Amino acid sequence: MELLLVILIGVLYASGLYMMLRRSMVKLLIGLILIGNGANLLIFLLGDLSKGKPPVIDVALTAFQNAYADPVPQSLILTAIVISFGLQSFAVVLLKRVYMITDTDDLDQLNSDDQDI
Amino acid sequence: MTDHYLISPILTHLFSVILLLFCWKKVRLQKVISISSNAVIMMIAVFLWMKVWNQGILSMQGGDWQAPYGITFVADTFSATMILLTAVAGFAVATFSAAGISKQRIQHGYFPIMHLLLMGLNGAFFAGDIFNLYVWFEVIIIASFVLMTLGGKKPQMEGAINYVTMNLLASVIFLTAIALLYGLTGTLNMADLSLKVALVQNRSMVNVTALLFFVGFGIKSAVFPLYFWLPSSYNTPPSAIAALFGGLLTKVGIYALIRMFTLIFPPDEFLHYLFLFVAIATLLTGAAGALIKRDFRKMLSYLIICHIGYMVAGLGLFTKSGMNGALFYLFQDIVVKTNLFLIAGVIFKMMGTMNMDRLGGLAKSHPRLSALMAIAFFTLIGIPPMSGFWPKISLIRESFTTDSYLLLAALIIASFLTMYVMMKMWTDIFWKAQTQEIPQGKNSFDELRPHHRQLLIIPIAFLCLLSLALAFGAEQVAQVSNRITTELMEPQGYIDAILKPNSKP
Repeated sequence: MELLLVILIGVLYASGLYMMLRRSMVKLLIGLILIGNGANLLIFLLGDLSKGKPPVIDVALTAFQNAYADPVPQSLILTAIVISFGLQSFAVVLLKRVYMITDTDDLDQLNSDDQDI
Repeated sequence: MTDHYLISPILTHLFSVILLLFCWKKVRLQKVISISSNAVIMMIAVFLWMKVWNQGILSMQGGDWQAPYGITFVADTFSATMILLTAVAGFAVATFSAAGISKQRIQHGYFPIMHLLLMGLNGAFFAGDIFNLYVWFEVIIIASFVLMTLGGKKPQMEGAINYVTMNLLASVIFLTAIALLYGLTGTLNMADLSLKVALVQNRSMVNVTALLFFVGFGIKSAVFPLYFWLPSSYNTPPSAIAALFGGLLTKVGIYALIRMFTLIFPPDEFLHYLFLFVAIATLLTGAAGALIKRDFRKMLSYLIICHIGYMVAGLGLFTKSGMNGALFYLFQDIVVKTNLFLIAGVIFKMMGTMNMDRLGGLAKSHPRLSALMAIAFFTLIGIPPMSGFWPKISLIRESFTTDSYLLLAALIIASFLTMYVMMKMWTDIFWKAQTQEIPQGKNSFDELRPHHRQLLIIPIAFLCLLSLALAFGAEQVAQVSNRITTELMEPQGYIDAILKPNSKP
């Protein structure tokens, strides 16, 4: 399971970066989404995968200390997902506005402002 | 010491945002609320600073969950000073915006978003938990995205694409670094991390994590190979917004760098040389970039990059007086960069252009204003006794004593080039005879109502006065940065203040 996740995360990061380096704005957006999901999965993986264990145990149950799942990564991912959702939806709207104003989705055409060198 | 007073700047900003949202269409009321709440926050920040100065490091645990489990807010002298400067810059920009930002932008929520941005900055300076720092960074960038695109002119949108993409990428890298750090240590509290990272056996992994943090914060603070988004985006929004960005946003990256690399990853040999290399390259490329530009705000953007180099240099030297210089530079740079962008706004109002070839003759038409602006220009160059001079001298002396001669050369060349660029600006904008007439209706400054004109001038005068105070009170400022350096270089006090909040220091 770990190995599978490691490969998946690697693929997500690599394809995300590759997409971000393309000239099309839509591909840039897809790249951002992919790389963001890669980061979320990475947090999930590094919190130690464990199956069927309770996340919260009573303070007195010292004997079970090794038998509970770490709840922190999941709360981190939850926060990160919400944040990236907000940012990505902003990016979608921004790209649409830019497309409407400039009439192109080619990132290389977006330099009307560089009058000097 | 546990003290709940320390989140009051954040809460006051949040409260102002809510209040401002209720007067969505009432432009005049929004201006009044924003300026007065910023004034209140400035007083709170002064009071907080005095408190930290007298009582030592203050901390607060979210929901009273004791560290390292809860979310921690910390105010040491560094945080408190940054909060104070943020409040000062926020006040100046809010006052300037009251006359400098158009009615349409205000009706689309300029002031609430500005307060959210300032709230995010305050939160980032207080964060004692690395994931919390990430969350505050996201608050900052989402607010800055909206400010960047508000109004939606074509160049603004094009600049925004660069800005948004690079910042999103930086947050992903930051998040990746947090994930790795959590996997290595199992904690997120910065004080706890400081203890646990030192114990990790797998040093190569620690170094990779440190480098990821460096890249993430490096993009935000615009250091050498990662700065290209800055000059192509900071010149597009209105000057009040650019002032907030130029004065504070890159500095929060530097703050995070200094915090991370003193508390959690004290630089080893490799990081030490990396920082020095990055500092040298940032100084030279930033200054060289400013040389060839002919747009006033683009030149300022490149000068921001150049001067980030001074702060990274201080971090790279990692000696007491080097750090001292970097901190002093950071403090005075916030004031002067905010001021220069505000000045750019006034000049734009007067002449209707930012192009140096078409500017000119200001010294003749507005002599008193020019004299005021001269203070900001000279401060940036660092002519003694202005405040840019003192940190530079300690950085130069320190690079001399540690035999970093390349850095020494870069520092001097960058200072020289800054002087050359500022001289060129001065002669072009103020002394050169004006080559062409200002098109009819472009000179909106003189047509403004007098109290609006004062709203534009007062923040500039205020920041100039502050620059002068920093220059002539250099002794006191040096004491402050000295104390911060001691706190940063010996993090035990910081760690104890968080992990054992109730024991007497």
